[in-house]
Amino acid sequence: MSKPTIVVVGNGMVGYKFCEKLIARSSAFQIIVFGEEPRRAYDRVHLSEYFAGKTAEDLSMSPADWYAANNIELYLNDPVQEIDRHNKTIHSLKGVTVKYDYLVLATGSSAFVPDVPGINKDGVFVYRTIEDLDLIKAYAANAKSGAVMGGGLLGLEAAKALIDLGIQETHVIEFAPRLMPRQIDTAGSAMLQAKLEQLGLRIHLNKSTASIDGNHKVESLRFNDDTALPTDMLIISAGIRPRDELARLAGLHVGTRGGILVNDFMQTSDETIFAIGECALHEGMIYGLVAPGYEMADVVVNQLAGGEKSFKGFDMSTKLKLIGVDVASFGDAFISEPACRTIVFEDTHKGIYKRINISIDGKLLLGGILIGDAEAYNMLLQTVNNKLALPPNPEDMILGARGGEQSEGAGVMNLPEDALICSCEAVTKGGICDAVNDGACSLDDVKKCTKAGTGCGGCVPMVKDLIAGTLKANGQYVKNVICEHFNYSRQELYDLIKINNIKNYDLALDHFGRGDGCETCKPLVASIMSSLWNDVIVKQDTIQDSNDRFLANIQKGGTYSVVPRIPGGEITPEKLIIIGQVAQKYGLYTKITGGQRIDLFGAHMNDLPEIWEELINAGFESGHAYGKALRTVKSCVGSTWCRFGLHDSVSFAIEIEERYKGIRAPHKLKGGVSGCIRECAEAQGKDFGIIATEKGWNLYICGNGGSKPQHAQLLAADIDDKTLIKYLDRFLMFYIKTADPLTRTATWLNKMEGGMSYLKNVILNDSLGINAQLEEEMQLLVDSFHCEWKEVVNNPELRKRFQHFVNAPAEKDPNVKFEGMRDQIKAAW
Amino acid sequence: MQVVEAIEWTLACYSDDIPENGGACVKLGDEQIAVFNFNRRGEWYATQNLCPHKQQMVLSRGMIGSSGEACEPKVACPFHKKTFSLLSGECLSGEDYQIKTYPIKVEDGKVYIGIV
Repeated sequence: MSKPTIVVVGNGMVGYKFCEKLIARSSAFQIIVFGEEPRRAYDRVHLSEYFAGKTAEDLSMSPADWYAANNIELYLNDPVQEIDRHNKTIHSLKGVTVKYDYLVLATGSSAFVPDVPGINKDGVFVYRTIEDLDLIKAYAANAKSGAVMGGGLLGLEAAKALIDLGIQETHVIEFAPRLMPRQIDTAGSAMLQAKLEQLGLRIHLNKSTASIDGNHKVESLRFNDDTALPTDMLIISAGIRPRDELARLAGLHVGTRGGILVNDFMQTSDETIFAIGECALHEGMIYGLVAPGYEMADVVVNQLAGGEKSFKGFDMSTKLKLIGVDVASFGDAFISEPACRTIVFEDTHKGIYKRINISIDGKLLLGGILIGDAEAYNMLLQTVNNKLALPPNPEDMILGARGGEQSEGAGVMNLPEDALICSCEAVTKGGICDAVNDGACSLDDVKKCTKAGTGCGGCVPMVKDLIAGTLKANGQYVKNVICEHFNYSRQELYDLIKINNIKNYDLALDHFGRGDGCETCKPLVASIMSSLWNDVIVKQDTIQDSNDRFLANIQKGGTYSVVPRIPGGEITPEKLIIIGQVAQKYGLYTKITGGQRIDLFGAHMNDLPEIWEELINAGFESGHAYGKALRTVKSCVGSTWCRFGLHDSVSFAIEIEERYKGIRAPHKLKGGVSGCIRECAEAQGKDFGIIATEKGWNLYICGNGGSKPQHAQLLAADIDDKTLIKYLDRFLMFYIKTADPLTRTATWLNKMEGGMSYLKNVILNDSLGINAQLEEEMQLLVDSFHCEWKEVVNNPELRKRFQHFVNAPAEKDPNVKFEGMRDQIKAAW
Repeated sequence: MQVVEAIEWTLACYSDDIPENGGACVKLGDEQIAVFNFNRRGEWYATQNLCPHKQQMVLSRGMIGSSGEACEPKVACPFHKKTFSLLSGECLSGEDYQIKTYPIKVEDGKVYIGIV
C-alpha cells in the first residue's frame, strides 16, 4: 500500500519547518513540496545579512541534500497554479500534476504595494526575496540616495540594507506619526528616531506619498503636503498581503481583507486542506512573524501524525536589533492609564527608553516597551506570560537593583515549569531542566536534545542560566574544569604545575589527572608549561596543537602557511626581496595579513625546515602566527614621516613586539601603536592598544576584533614608555595566569567580577600585592626567548619529524593539489 | 564457529619513526595510513590517514588520547577536532563518520600493518 501524500505549496521558512517537524514525528507520509522561488527555503528573518556578506547558501535552512535524504520530492521554480479539489490534484506551472491526500498551503505573503502614480518606474523595489535583493544591489551601485516607504520593522531593515550597500543618503518615510507603529509608542519612537538619525538615517514622519516622479526612473517623491524629496531609488515596505490567490481560485473561504480562513486546527473550509504561516487568517489575525508560523506548522503536524494540539493565538512580543539599536515590545505594550499604571525611564543621553505597564493593584506586569537596552526583555516577557508576582519595587525590573539587597523573586529558576523559554521550538523551562537532570550539562547538549536555542537564539542566555541553576540545585558544583582528564580549572592547574615544578605532560597527568589525556588538555598543559618555563615546545611535540607541533599554520589540503616576524610591520627592501625569492622557489602563494605581515601559503610539510633555514639566514625569525602567543604589534607610520604624528609609533611598536614575542598565553594576543588620535593602527581593537598623546601614551586594554568586536578600554593616560611597559608586563602576566583556556582578553575582562575597575586596581594600585611577582615572571619569559624555527633547523633529529611519509621521506603528499588564480596558486578542492 | 581471516602483514616502518604518544603517516602502495604509538599505554594503532569530515589527509598529525570511563583510545583530527575511536574507527563527536582501522604489530623495532 502506498503512503498517503501530503503536498506542501510553498517552500518558505514555515513550509520548510512543517516538513522538518513532520519527518521528525512520522514516516507514514509521502511529502511533495512546490516552491515558487528558484532556491531552497532560506532564512528570511536575517535577509539583510545578505548585504552584510552572507551568501544565499549561508542563509539556507537546510543542506543541499536534505530533501533527497529525507525522501521529500522538491519542485523549485515551479509554483502551483491550480487546485482541483474534486479530484484532489494540483497542477503546477511547469505542467506537473500530483494527487494529494492532504494539502498544506504555506504560500506566505507578498509586499503590499500601494497604488501611487509612478509606482512602476525604474528604481522602485520591494524587499522580500533574495531576487529582490539582487535587483536592489545592482541598482544601488549607481545610486547616491535612497528612500524606504514604510517605517515599520521591515522598512527599517530595508533601510539598514541600503546603508550596508553604501548609499550615502538614506531616507525613511512613514505615514503614521511614529516609527514601528505596531510595536512601540510615541515616546519610544522619538528615542529610536534620535538613535537612528545619529547613525545617519533621515526620518520623515506623517508623510503620505502622492506620486513618484521622474523620467522613466524614480527621481523624486512628492508628498500630500506638497513637499518633495529627491531620491535615486525607492524601496516599498508598506506592509504585507497574504498570498491567498490560489485558495480563492479553488473556492476556499478567504477574509474580506485577504488571508485564508482557518480554524484552530489550521484547517481551511476544506478539511483536507490546511493553511499555515503568513497566508493564514486565524480569528481575524494575520501573523507576520516566524514563531507563530512554526507553531501553526506544529499544529498541522499534530493533526496528521496524531496529537491534540490546537492553535490558540500567539504572543506577538518581539525583541530585535535594528541597525544596532535594541527594540523590544512585549505583552500589552500600549495599555495606558487609567487602565493600568505605567513606569517610564528615559535617558536621552544614552538613548534608552523603557516603559512597563503594571496592573492597578501593582501585582502583575501587563506589558511594555524597551528601546536602546533590551537586556531585561526575556525576564520581563516571562513575568508577563507566567503572571509572576512583581517585586515590591517594580522599577527594579528595568533599572536593576540599586544598592541594598537584590530583590527576591527575580531569576529564571523561579519561573513555573511550563514557562515557554524557546518560542521558536516551543521548549518550556521544564523541558530544559529535565534534559539537564537527565545528564545534559552543556548548552550544546541541551540544544541537541531539546532544540532550545537553535532558532533565533534569543533565549540562549536564559537557557544557560537554567542549566547552571539546575546543576546548582542538584548540588553539582559548577566549575570550569578543563576536561574529563583534569578536574581543575586552568588557573588551578597552572598553580599546581608551578608549585610542583612539573615540566612534562605525562607527569602532570600522573600527578593531577586521570586517563590518557585528550586534544583539550594536552595543548592546554603545553601552553601552561610554556608560559611558566618557556622551554622549546617541539621537545614535546605530540601534546601541541597541530600548528604548534609543526610551527606553521595548517591550511586546506594539508599544506602549511609560514609567517616570518616583521616587528611593527617595518621591513627593508632587501628582506622583501628575500621573501619574494623564497616564495618563488617553493611555489608559495603570498598575501599581506591584517596584522602587517606577509603570509606564505601552500608549503609542503617536507619543505618547512628548508624554507625556515633560508629565512633565518636572511635575518628573519618565527612570527608565531601558529601559536596562542603574541601575533603582531601593528603600527601606523608615526612621527618620523607623518605630518600629524606626535611620537615615533613604529619604534615603540618594534620595542614592544620584541619584548613579548614568543610568549605563550591562553589565547592569541594582538597589539597596536598609533602615533596620534587618528588611530591609523586601530589599536583600540587589540588586546592592548597604545595611542600617542601630547604628554606621552594612552594605554588601552582588552579590545577585540573578530566575530564579536569590542573596543579596548583606557587603563592609564599620558604615561611614559617605562611606565607603560611596566603596566603591560603586569596586565599580560595576570591574564596569562588567570584566564580560562582559549579566552581572549576581552572575554576574560567581561567575565571578571568587578570588571575594569577591579583590573585597574590590580595593575595600577597593586591591590593584590602581586605586581612585583608579575613583573619578575614576565622578565623571565622575556629573557628566555628563542626562535622555535631555529631550534628545528639546527637539530637534525627535530628536522626528521617534518616528513609526510616516514617510510618515504623524500616523497611529498601526492594528495596536495593546487590550481591557478590571478597568477598565483590556491588549494584545489 | 570462529572465522579466522588471513592477515597479510606488511612492514610499514620502524618503531622509532613514530613519535611517542603521537602519530605519523606511512605509505603502503597507494594508501596513506596513520600509525600511532600510544606509548603511555604500550599500544599501537593504525587507521586511514584521511579525515572523512572534510576529506583531509591529516589524521596522523592529530593528538591522541582517551575518552570516557572505559578509556577508549581516540585521535582528534587537527582540522576541526572530530574525534575517532582508534579501536572501532567510529566517530566519537556524535556524527555519522567511520574510519578504517588496520591490525598492527611491532616486532624487533619493526612496525607491521595487516591488510585483510
